[in-house]
Amino acid sequence: MLSWAALLVCALALAGFFTAKGRAVALGGDTPEVLHSRPVYHGGFVAIRTVFAGLGVLILGLILTNIAIRWALYSGLPAGLSEIERDLIVSDGVALANGALASRTGEARDAVAALYGRLTTLQIWGLALASVGAAIFTLMQGLRQVSIPFRARSRFERIVQVILTISAGIAVLTTIGIVASLLGQTLVFFSEIPVMNFLFGTLWSPLSGVHDGTMDPDKVGAIPLFAGTLLITVIAMLVAVPVGLFSAIYLSDFASARARSIIKPMLEILAGIPTVVYGFFAAITVAPFLRDTGAAIGLSVSSESALAAGVVMGIMIIPFISSLSDDVINAVPQSLRDGSYGLGATKAETIRNVILPAALPGIMSAVLLGVSRAIGETMIVVMAAGQGANLTANPLEAVTTVTVQIVALITGDTEASTAAGPAFALGFTLFCVTLIFNIWALRLVRKYREVYD
Amino acid sequence: MSDPIKFHCKGVDVWYGDTHAIKDNDIDIHDNSVTAFIGPSGCGKSTFLRCLNRMNDTIDICRVTGTLLLDGDDIYSRDVDPVQLRARVGMVFQKPNPFPKSIYDNVAYGPRIHGLARNKADLDAIVEESLGAAGLWDEVKDRLAAPGTGLSGGQQQRLCIARAIATKPEVLLMDEPCSALDPIATETVEELISGLGKRYCVVIVTHSMQQANRISQRTAFFHLGNLVEYDTTDAIFSTPKDERTIGYVSGRFG
Repeated sequence: MLSWAALLVCALALAGFFTAKGRAVALGGDTPEVLHSRPVYHGGFVAIRTVFAGLGVLILGLILTNIAIRWALYSGLPAGLSEIERDLIVSDGVALANGALASRTGEARDAVAALYGRLTTLQIWGLALASVGAAIFTLMQGLRQVSIPFRARSRFERIVQVILTISAGIAVLTTIGIVASLLGQTLVFFSEIPVMNFLFGTLWSPLSGVHDGTMDPDKVGAIPLFAGTLLITVIAMLVAVPVGLFSAIYLSDFASARARSIIKPMLEILAGIPTVVYGFFAAITVAPFLRDTGAAIGLSVSSESALAAGVVMGIMIIPFISSLSDDVINAVPQSLRDGSYGLGATKAETIRNVILPAALPGIMSAVLLGVSRAIGETMIVVMAAGQGANLTANPLEAVTTVTVQIVALITGDTEASTAAGPAFALGFTLFCVTLIFNIWALRLVRKYREVYD
Repeated sequence: MSDPIKFHCKGVDVWYGDTHAIKDNDIDIHDNSVTAFIGPSGCGKSTFLRCLNRMNDTIDICRVTGTLLLDGDDIYSRDVDPVQLRARVGMVFQKPNPFPKSIYDNVAYGPRIHGLARNKADLDAIVEESLGAAGLWDEVKDRLAAPGTGLSGGQQQRLCIARAIATKPEVLLMDEPCSALDPIATETVEELISGLGKRYCVVIVTHSMQQANRISQRTAFFHLGNLVEYDTTDAIFSTPKDERTIGYVSGRFG
């Protein structure tokens, strides 16, 4: 019913568009330039405000009446029940009214079901009529306004501007909401566990012995996780920075146009591979290979190792670094290259002495963005790095990372309310670190832009 | 005008892909003097200039044929390393292009690459001498560590000239060195070029006929890839022979 109403509103808007446009055309007659706004703006303005009015009434009405119905259902219940019982009765009643299965049946539940049925019928019909009515009213009003001096164009554009502002606002508000909830939960966690224990403790086993819901402050030391993350990030950057940077230099200054046209898309394909694929590539191909190679030369490499995860993560980051570095290297003006060649410098000397120093801030920011990706990367380490919080600097052993532990906490079978605490604290730490890296990188890029624009 | 011949060019052709940019040109460029290349835009004068230090080699689709002798040696011969050649034939570009380094490092760039200085004192001497020759020493001697990009346009161009001189070249090629400068900076740089012409073989491409007239001893007029007329500057501007030269120097086209 309500979707039919929405459809009808849209049909009205469409009709309004053509009617208003037709009227404007008729008003213009042989001299359409006398109209302040072209007919299409008159049509657009009427259509858009009709949709706004109709759908606005529908959505707002739905929210408000739902709240009202809820309140009516609860206030009709017999007195003297606990909150859980009341919730149960209401949800069962609603289920009955919808023809679904209820956990139990009874008089109170039937009463709720009957009331709910009556109210929703009323709600649906009322809202449908109200929204179509509002749409028709706005439509008529809009059609009356069509005249030669009417500034439909300015008004239409103001509405577009409002839509754009709202879209931007949604993005910002969501971010603020997520950060606020992260921060709130983290503060709750730290009100139970001292911050120092979390940041500097070396034993991580937060869920051992939490059956009574309280954590042992000595078992939530996140240092092993930070160390594991750091170790894997360092290995990843050792792979990604040289390969990425050198391939960027090759692409920008050595490759022929033909080679470039083949290699650049290939690198971009590498960037398009889902991280989960990298993850099982690391776990199934690279880790066993490293273990067997290690065994062959007498090294003991565990089957889940920081090395395997780090190397594959490095491969994942290569296109990221090479593509950004390629951009900044290409942005170094040709005149600087010419200047250097003109003094009798070779290509390699020119790159080392002129191009790289000029592009350095941009390259640094590419590296920093790569680091922040490595720190936040989850899939590869979940599959290839291991689970045990093992404090070691040996890349051949299994380590665990912040992201792996968040996954373990949230997907494990401990109650969410207990496991969420440390997960939020870890998530917040991760957020802060990557935020710092991203801001740092952006500042470097801005500084770099000031030099050449 | 009996300066020795520095460049002897015969039957030079240049193609950019399928475009025939320079058509069978012969020219002898003399040492210890300034030679100006003039002509309308797209006539090939810059292209020809860039043949003289093989800068065209950096463009993939560019092909150069013919004979270009520097002191009697073919610069397009297989034995010649273009990188070594460019140390002998320095170049200054249209837009000042100091490296994003200090003033000192800009000038020391060439000497460091070619190992011209045995020690720091040597290098200091070269830098001072080059900046002095470019008339910039007094202006920058107290801030050699400041970035070269922070200088004014005219100073930047003189810094680029100092940078070119520092590699101790025999020839200086200048591709419209004053076109990005204001009139006062232009005057300073022109005086500098006139002075350099006494010690080096200077070849300058310019759009300004007054400039060619003021600073050069010989002038070559290019048109549509052809070297139309080449003579002393006085002769080109007072008694040009070719119709096209007459038209151009009198301002009727170009």
